[in-house]
Formats: sequence, C-alpha cells, structure tokens
Amino acid sequence: MASSMATNVPARKNGSMLDRLTRSRPARPGVSYGAPGDGSSAMISLATAVVLIGLWFLVTSMGWVKPLFLPAPAAVWGKFVLAVTEGVSNSTLLQHTLASLGRVLGAFFLALVVAVPLGILMGVNRVIRGVMDPIIEFYRPLPPLAYLPLIIIWLGIGEFPKVFLIFLAIFAPMAIAARAGVRSVSIEQIHAAYAMGANKLQVIFHVILKAALPEIFTGMRIGIGVGWTTLVAAEMVAASRGLGFMVLNSAEYLASDAVIMGIIVIGILAFAFDLLIRRIERALIPWKGKI
Amino acid sequence: MQTLTVSDVDLVYPGHLDGAPISALKGVSLEVKSGDFVVALGASGCGKTTLLNLMAGFMAPSAGKITLGGRPVTGPGAERGVVFQKHALLPWLNIIDNVEFGLKLQGVDARTRRERAVKNLALVGLEDFHKQMIYHLSGGMQQRVGIARALTCDPAMLLMDEPMAALDALTRETVQELLLKIWQQTDKMYFFITHSVEEALFLGSRLIVMSPRPGRITHTYDLDFNRRFLAEGNSRAIKSSRDFIEMREEILGIIYGDERAGAKERLDA
Repeated sequence: MASSMATNVPARKNGSMLDRLTRSRPARPGVSYGAPGDGSSAMISLATAVVLIGLWFLVTSMGWVKPLFLPAPAAVWGKFVLAVTEGVSNSTLLQHTLASLGRVLGAFFLALVVAVPLGILMGVNRVIRGVMDPIIEFYRPLPPLAYLPLIIIWLGIGEFPKVFLIFLAIFAPMAIAARAGVRSVSIEQIHAAYAMGANKLQVIFHVILKAALPEIFTGMRIGIGVGWTTLVAAEMVAASRGLGFMVLNSAEYLASDAVIMGIIVIGILAFAFDLLIRRIERALIPWKGKI
Repeated sequence: MQTLTVSDVDLVYPGHLDGAPISALKGVSLEVKSGDFVVALGASGCGKTTLLNLMAGFMAPSAGKITLGGRPVTGPGAERGVVFQKHALLPWLNIIDNVEFGLKLQGVDARTRRERAVKNLALVGLEDFHKQMIYHLSGGMQQRVGIARALTCDPAMLLMDEPMAALDALTRETVQELLLKIWQQTDKMYFFITHSVEEALFLGSRLIVMSPRPGRITHTYDLDFNRRFLAEGNSRAIKSSRDFIEMREEILGIIYGDERAGAKERLDA
C-alpha cells in the first residue's frame, strides 16, 4: 500500500535553487492563487535603497574608490548645503531649480495644450492623422542632442529654444497617448450619445475626450519624465542657470560631488512630479480600471 | 401617432480581403406604430442586431428604405432611443448625470433635466440612487440606468438590443415587468431583440421570427400575453399557461430548425 502511494506521487527534490524557483507555492488563506507577482514589494524596495546607500558609505569611508570617481555622501551633502547657501556655478540651488522648473513646466504645459487636442484630432480625423503620423513617428525616436544644433541655428540661444527642445521631447508621447486614448471609447458609448441627439462636436467633447483621459494622464506621466531627461541637453548651450547647466559646469571642473548632488535633485524633482500627477489622476479619474 | 416603416431592405456587408460579401438582410419589411411592442427573435446570425442598427441609423441599408413619420432615416437621432446589450453608460458621470446626459446635449435647462431624470429613475426603481458612480452598481442596476437614460430623452421609439442578456433570472423578470408597465404608461414604439423565447412571448404585442442565411423575417405572430399580464398582474401564471407553452414550443421548433440547418451547412462546407 505504502509503496503504491510512493509511485503515484513523484518525490520532490528539495533544496536546489532551480527547484525552489519552479515549484508552485501552496495556496494561502484569503489570497487568490497564482496572481503574478502578488504581495507588497515596498519593504524590499526600501531595503534595496538602504543597502545601496550603505554600500556608498562603506566604499567611500574605506577608501576603496577615489573621491574623484565617487565622492563620499558627506561631501555631496556638504556641496548641497553650499549650493543652498552660497551657490554653485554662479547661482544658488534655488535659482538653478527655478530656472529648470520654468523650462520643464513651460514645455510641459505647452505640450499639454498642443499635443492633447492634436492627438484627439488625430484619433477622430483621418486626414489629420495621415498628415501628423509620419512627422511624429520620424522625429520621436531621434535623440534630442541630434537636433539640438538645428534648433540653435533656427531659433538662436535664448530661453525659447531651450523650452522648445524639451517641448518636442514631451510632445510626441503625449500626442500618441491622446490618440491611443480615443480608441478606449466604445462604439456603444458614441452611438448612445448620437441616439440622444448629440452632434459631432458634443461627442468629441463629452464622450471621446473624457474616455481618453486615463490614457492622456499616462501620456502626461511619460511626458514629464521625458522632459526631465531632456533638461541637461537643453541647458548645454548658452545657459547660465539651471540644474542641467550646474551638472555640466561642475563636470568641467571635475567636481563630481556637485554632479551627483545635481543628479539627485533632478531625480527627486522628477519623482515628486510623477507622484503629483498620479495623485491628480486618482482624484480626477476615479473610474480608471473599474469599467 | 407615428410610424416607422422598413420597406424591402437589404444589407450586404462587404467581404474582407478575398472573402465573399455577406448578405445579412434580404427583403425585410416591417412596420412599427406608436403603441406597438415588436419583439425580434431568431437564431444567431439572423440579422436582428443589423436590423436594429439600421432602424437606429447607425448603418444605412444597401437597398430599400427606412422612414420615420414619412421622412427617411439618415442617421441616429433623439427620437429613437437605444438601450444597448452592454449598458454603454459613461463612467465619469454619476447615475443622475448619466440619466440627464441626453437632455444636457439637447440644451434643456438644469431644472427640467433634473426633474425628468428623478422621475425616470423612480420609474426603474432607483429613486434612492442618484449620486453613486455607475461602476459601483450591479449589472442589473446599470441596465436599469440605461433604460432610464433612454426614457429621459422621451423618444418616440425605443430600440433595445438584448438589454436583459446580462441580467440574472430574478432581475430579468423584474425589469421585464417594469418595461411592460412603462409601455402601458407611454405611447411609444418598441423594438426589442432577445434570445429568449419566453421573454419574447411575454413582452411582445407582435413577434417577428427571423431566419439566417440570408437574414429575413419568416414568421409574424400577434400576441396578447403582455396585456394579460398588465390586466392580471401574475407573470408566473401566464408563463405556465397552456397557450403560452404551446406557443413557446412552436417557436422553439422554428429556431432549432434554423440552428440545425446552419450546423449542417457548416459541416457540409
């Protein structure tokens, strides 16, 4: 009896890493079985951050890496305090931040008012889609550094070309998102509106634009992220202020502590804006994912 | 008194790639008058929904004519309300705003809008639900909001494409009885599609049975089970009465015949 049981249930090899990875876990009380990647990962992320920062402290305090390549956290913090109080690269950190914020947000709002209507129009009108599609799809994958010289030749070295470069980078993902959002409206919703006496403009405003909002917000999140990544390129030429300029200027003097400080400030700002948009999204689009 | 006339309508869907064009409707004629409750029944692929889409104006016929009150139907309009299989409500609006939406599009002032929406929500038994979001409602409640929304525009004709298909049996009976009461109170034209023979017999004052390949109307019956329900108020007694059951078997026979013929054709092909 016992031997027949043993042949029916293949014995599991325990212990080996491969076996642990491929074996299904048993069902747990109150948790749906088999949902991919279930469980919270917040604590693991926090631990990762703590470990990385700890490693940074360790390798610098032990002198394993020269300060030129990786300055100590204390040096970066010192540079931060100096930047806030006396300033780095001719301006205080607040002035650098405000200059960059102005450029990124200016470009962002410019893109919002141009790209969203245009994306919606691309979704609802085949002529506009036909005209805009090749233009957007051609320039979208180009690196901003490649067309920066052209923009300087065309628009000069003032404030506008910097905003325009960031605008171009934000414009494409936002227009594409708005256009894709048009497809999330169901034909029944459109038919229902027409069968209640709507005209075409009302359908676009009251049905299509609203249905596209979740995608538009995704486009905004991607857009603001792309905007921050383009900032340094935009401040490469003829800038006297800005976080990107500060990083580039410090790099020329091999001040890697200021470079790292600038990178962290940009990273925190970009993350904060992403959180802000997510918060607004949750307030404005409570129906997302529920229908 | 208005009349919607479908006269000798054909509809051919153009074939995709090298596929042959598909004839969805062939020589369909139908007249719906104010106070008529026409129910369409038939095997899948018989063109019921296509016919409804033509009447709603979502599609134009390949041949033939559709007129409402003598004027040709060239597109959708507020005088023909539609209730969809899936409710098609707008998730960014709460219940009452969904119900008011049609009147808002038509530029009716806010107070009149609210009054009529409140009245129609009460009619479908949702008087306590105004501010909730529609994704918090059950499927049956969403469908009732869809009916209230169509009623609020006060169309001369209501086109309903299997509005009960997603409802559980109990809710379905409630909404059926509700529809008949609304029908009694308003002098509208109704065109109602269903898969359920029982539902068709219970609701319709006229039943059209459609057959596929090509879609056409093969049988028409005048019914009075709905009036008997409104007079007696006992739906179970009517649905279990002898004449109701006989009628049901007769129509089931027609539809099963069509389904089997279709299955045989697919096997032979």
